[in-house]
Amino acid sequence: MDKKSYLELFRQMVLIRRLEENAAELYQKGAIGGFLHLYIGQEAVSTGIIAARKAQDRVITAYRDHGVAINVGIPAKVVMAELLGKETGCSKGKGGSMHMADIEKNFWGGHAIVGAHLPIASGLALADKVQKKDGVTICMFGEGATNIGFFHEAINIAKAWNLPVLWVCENNRYGMGTSPERASAVSPIIQKACGYGMPAYDVDGMNVLDVQQTVSERLAEIREGSGPQFLEVCTYRFRGHSMGDPERYRSQEEVKKFIENGPIDRFQKLILKEGIAAQEELDEIMAAVEKEIDEAVTFAKESPEPPDEALFENIYVEEVERG
Amino acid sequence: MAVITMREAISQALWEEMERDQKVFIMGEEVGVWGGTYAVTKGFLDHFGSERVRDTPIAEAAIVGAAIGSALGGLRPVAELMTINFAFVAMDHIVNEAAKLHYMFGGQMKLPLVIRTPGGGGRQLGATHSQTPDAIFAHFPGLKVVAPGTPADAKGLLKSAIRSDDPIFFIENATVYQQRGEVPEGELLIPIGKSKIQREGADVTIVTYSKMVSYSLKAAAELEKEDISAEVIDLRTLRPLDLEPIIASFKKTNHAVIAEEGWRSYGVGSEIAARIYEQAFDYLDAPIQRVAQKEVPLPYNRRLEQMALPQVADIVNAVKEVLR
Amino acid sequence: MANIVEMPKLGFDMAEGTLVSWIAEEGQDITKGDVLADIETDKATVQVESSFTGIVHKHLVEENKTIPIGTPIAVIADKGEDVDLEALLKQASKPDKPSSPPPETASAEKQPAPQLQNTGTDDEFIKASPLAKKIAADAGIKLSSISGTGPEGRIVKRDVEKHLSDSPAPTAKTQSVKTETAIRQGEDQQIPISKLRAAIGRRMVTSHTTIPDFTITYSYDVEALITMRQQMNADRADEEQLSVNDFIVKAVALALRDYPNLNASISEEKIIRHGNINIGNAVAVESGLLTIVVNNADQKSLDQIGHEISTMAGRVRAGKVNPDDIEGSTFTISNLGMFNVHDFTAIINPPEAAILAVASAQETPIIENGNVLIGWRMKATIAADHRITDGAEAAQFMRHLSTFLEQPWRLI
Repeated sequence: MDKKSYLELFRQMVLIRRLEENAAELYQKGAIGGFLHLYIGQEAVSTGIIAARKAQDRVITAYRDHGVAINVGIPAKVVMAELLGKETGCSKGKGGSMHMADIEKNFWGGHAIVGAHLPIASGLALADKVQKKDGVTICMFGEGATNIGFFHEAINIAKAWNLPVLWVCENNRYGMGTSPERASAVSPIIQKACGYGMPAYDVDGMNVLDVQQTVSERLAEIREGSGPQFLEVCTYRFRGHSMGDPERYRSQEEVKKFIENGPIDRFQKLILKEGIAAQEELDEIMAAVEKEIDEAVTFAKESPEPPDEALFENIYVEEVERG
Repeated sequence: MAVITMREAISQALWEEMERDQKVFIMGEEVGVWGGTYAVTKGFLDHFGSERVRDTPIAEAAIVGAAIGSALGGLRPVAELMTINFAFVAMDHIVNEAAKLHYMFGGQMKLPLVIRTPGGGGRQLGATHSQTPDAIFAHFPGLKVVAPGTPADAKGLLKSAIRSDDPIFFIENATVYQQRGEVPEGELLIPIGKSKIQREGADVTIVTYSKMVSYSLKAAAELEKEDISAEVIDLRTLRPLDLEPIIASFKKTNHAVIAEEGWRSYGVGSEIAARIYEQAFDYLDAPIQRVAQKEVPLPYNRRLEQMALPQVADIVNAVKEVLR
Repeated sequence: MANIVEMPKLGFDMAEGTLVSWIAEEGQDITKGDVLADIETDKATVQVESSFTGIVHKHLVEENKTIPIGTPIAVIADKGEDVDLEALLKQASKPDKPSSPPPETASAEKQPAPQLQNTGTDDEFIKASPLAKKIAADAGIKLSSISGTGPEGRIVKRDVEKHLSDSPAPTAKTQSVKTETAIRQGEDQQIPISKLRAAIGRRMVTSHTTIPDFTITYSYDVEALITMRQQMNADRADEEQLSVNDFIVKAVALALRDYPNLNASISEEKIIRHGNINIGNAVAVESGLLTIVVNNADQKSLDQIGHEISTMAGRVRAGKVNPDDIEGSTFTISNLGMFNVHDFTAIINPPEAAILAVASAQETPIIENGNVLIGWRMKATIAADHRITDGAEAAQFMRHLSTFLEQPWRLI
């Protein structure tokens, strides 16, 4: 992998981190409403996955979706505008934090009902298979979602019909406030995948290169017709489930331990140790990210609200008179 | 003009649309090898092949979810839920995903999806297999809900539904697949979102849909013998509602009866009555009557089941009551 | 962090407002943008939104209290925050606190409902269907004189129709044989004066008692205008139809260009001739009237004027008037043409110099070259402030206005 790629991985992770930190501040100031689920600590997962995918591979995820949004190339200012509910947001201000999407970039959202997007992922893969396209559908979800009925229906039908899906379980150790030890019949999660006869692997989600490498290999196999495969990516979120989480379910010592060994720091150390780039270059990237985020916040704040008429737009493709 | 059954009409609509557009495909339980538990898709598998007539596992959330995903991915799925009673298993995907994806993502995602499902009771199948919960599905903006009452409407509306780029919940009735009706030859497309006057009259407006259309027409014939002239208006689409012909009729007759097979409380009749009150209050000469199922889960015993379901006599009595 | 919400300034001349009712209760969670309270100003009732997220820590003002703008009305704090109210309020009395952004009116100003009660003021509750009531009311029959054959004795359509066909002349008078013994005493209705009505009252008293006004009536030949309007409307969709008033607005605005003294205000020792011609249009609402303003009407096209007026009138009817809609007029038009009024005088809207009362366009006999013909005439009466202008100038203005009203192609 060339230097440019390393630096791009680094830049994307830093961009996500800074976007999330700024979003948290804006939320506390009341500029962002509703729920805000931050990806801080998990940046290596989405970054590695998207770096490995090809343009024809579809990606769909749950509500902790800002990371994927940045990785697929939605500009930070467009993500920020969506968070502030502005017309210039990727979902025109009508989706909010949990419903980012850009189908031009083959990113199918941002979904809020736990596990509900998994059957949809099976459907996307079905469409590609029937139309003889060689895209793989990458479906990301948390370990908590492996306990809900939708998970089982979705991975069952995908395996029964041999659909090109890569199931990526982001195990960040807590489904809201409940660990898989308390909620799941089996642990680790890959055991569930084995129950459905799928090849299943685990991945260190704090290592962006490990993620990228593994995903790349799995996608290649699926593209060859191996049928669906399962990844359990072990990761950790440094902040609460969402803003306002009192985090009574874990100790601050545990959190601190993970923060000290986080994905961005690790990657930075690796880059410097292997002599891939110098500290000044990394500093430059971080300064550029700072600027980009500042401009994104300004852009979002100055962007217009959607007009009143937007309330009634896009209910149907074929618009009807209001009832 | 041919006279065919409801089953044939629906089957023809599916066949014609699948011939016309390669992207259209069917998925559901027992639609392929079995030919459909109501025989609607008999012969389809042999002709169209297993890629386009897909037997699914018993997994309604996966059926609807995968239908949504394949619609997003460029196909035009017609998903079948064996009965509407099983739709509850897929409730999230019907009303929380299909109805909302286009809106939530600012208009990016198109869902040219049809979910076909029969409902209704009267065959002693027990409470959980006999419901008419249509009103629930009509409650959600973003989902179109169509419920034809005649073979011609079933064919024309299903074809329009398949060609529509919006998600459509297409409700059939499980007990009237053998009902016969006149269906014009040739291409038949009926617009979604338009009510139809099935019978003209002057004294009372009967608003109805689905199976109750034929019941209302029978009631109207009986009432004619007693010199009462009933106008029967068939909603055909529950969402979006076409109130115009109903209001025009009501302004003429000043009396209305709404007949549906589902329960009274929070039902389709509640909505239609409320709208008539809102839009034609000054034309009201009597409170609007609602004919609906009694507020009970449907029992197995044949007599009791028929007592619970609305009958032609109930519609006749309601008309007489409203004219009293 | 605890934040203070103040009585916002919602209009250029608003000095105080009345907190009509609290919408968000004390202790309630509130997000920025949620409605906090209903506030009544001189012009309308407006909903004020919270600019802070947290919980409503305290209401500082009781309902129905009238207070000056800038006065603290509530405190929003974080959940569980300890708030030192005294210290906070002391700090707030310092100037330059940002006030909440001008919100939108949300009170539903209902249109007067059609009269459908039992005619007269019968105390006894008579059961009748809405249709029966309507038919009876239209025919002028009291429901008490009809017997009902509907369920539970309800009066239904057939009962009223039977009554009408049985009795020869169904007026209230000829029913007197039956109703003589049933004369009921009416009760006075006491209606509290709304803030809007009171404000209008105050302004009109000021105008009427302090302004030495005089009036001049002119009769305009509007045949060409009516024809032109018809032709233009044939090309326009339903929602783009132009009204006669749209033409009048443009005509007045253009005429005022040459008569700046009538587009003026008096202030202490000066007459201020306004730089812009902003035409106010009086619009009736349930509790009074509002003036909706078309700014720079002389520079706008008829379509623009029509569109602006109908959009603003729509907002007024929906109870969502923006402060901008009703501020800043320099000359007002009051048009009662739709009521078939022959002519009338309006009271000047202070601090403007004049007001034009427009009556209805009517077909009327006219004399042309010694012959009696039929023509279209519309009378308009200007009331003008004699401290600013005089009869000759006002009369010249009215004649100048005829150039635009009678040669409507100049309005395009």
